[in-house]
Amino acid sequence: MKARVFVTLKPSVFDPQGQTIAEALHSLGYGDVGDVRQGKYFELDLKVTSTGAAQKLAEDVANRVLANPVIESFRVEVA
Amino acid sequence: MTFAVVVFPGSNSDHDAHYAVEHVLGQPARFVWHKETSLGSADVVILPGGFSHGDYLRTGAIARFSPIMASVRAFADAGGPVLGICNGFQILLECGMLPGAMLRNRDVRFHCGFLGVRVERTDTPFTNRCRVGQVLRLPIAHGEGNYYAPPDALGALEAGGQVIFRYVDDRGEATEAANPNGSVHGIAGISNAKKNIVGLMPHPERACESCLGGADGLIVLESVVHALHERGTLQRV
Repeated sequence: MKARVFVTLKPSVFDPQGQTIAEALHSLGYGDVGDVRQGKYFELDLKVTSTGAAQKLAEDVANRVLANPVIESFRVEVA
Repeated sequence: MTFAVVVFPGSNSDHDAHYAVEHVLGQPARFVWHKETSLGSADVVILPGGFSHGDYLRTGAIARFSPIMASVRAFADAGGPVLGICNGFQILLECGMLPGAMLRNRDVRFHCGFLGVRVERTDTPFTNRCRVGQVLRLPIAHGEGNYYAPPDALGALEAGGQVIFRYVDDRGEATEAANPNGSVHGIAGISNAKKNIVGLMPHPERACESCLGGADGLIVLESVVHALHERGTLQRV
């Protein structure tokens, strides 16, 4: 099974990298781009056979290691 | 009195801390590899600066799982003094021994140099020789020192007197211009509620001799020696 984990800063947390990228895009003329938020994307190859087990395992890994719950939230997609 | 300096793969301020303790402070220091499970007969634990495990996922995110960290936590739970410097501070945040988290510096740049750090509290083992409001000239060297805590946690920190150090200008004022990284409330260092765990981004161990640009940092190490003598009993785990 494969799981995809998207880690993003919580909306209330300032994102210096995202802001820098947004400013760069504006200076390149992309005036229609508003705010930019940067995050992390992980693809996990899981040695489990059921969707439920994959979801549970990916959530455990994301919660404990991949994301810091103080500043980040995450979303898991299993395929 | 023995200082344990924990060494993670990627630590780079471990020798600075060891040198400052042994050759300037004049107390025995011992390196403890992160895969060890015991701190031995340590009386003080220092988590040094650097880039543990490359900081690839987040700063300190992997180091918190190192085998030695269970002993560091037990040592702290028993009241032992623990000092986290720079990456060591980041590790303490990641493992939840101190509240909050680190973000990238607000200008996304690595900042390196001496600046003013005001001592807010002297009721910790690492600041008891300071005066409240004393400004120390200490060096920083970090890209992710933008301290963040959610509003409720920040309120608890301020109310509990757990903000120990703040970045200040030449007049001792905590202005936005004096804040090198965007830290909330200009916070440079904090403690836990019991005050025996202190984490800070500046490097006191790199400012212990005037030939290195300043000796203001030595008072942090002298404080913990004083604290242990005052207590009369040396903590051992």
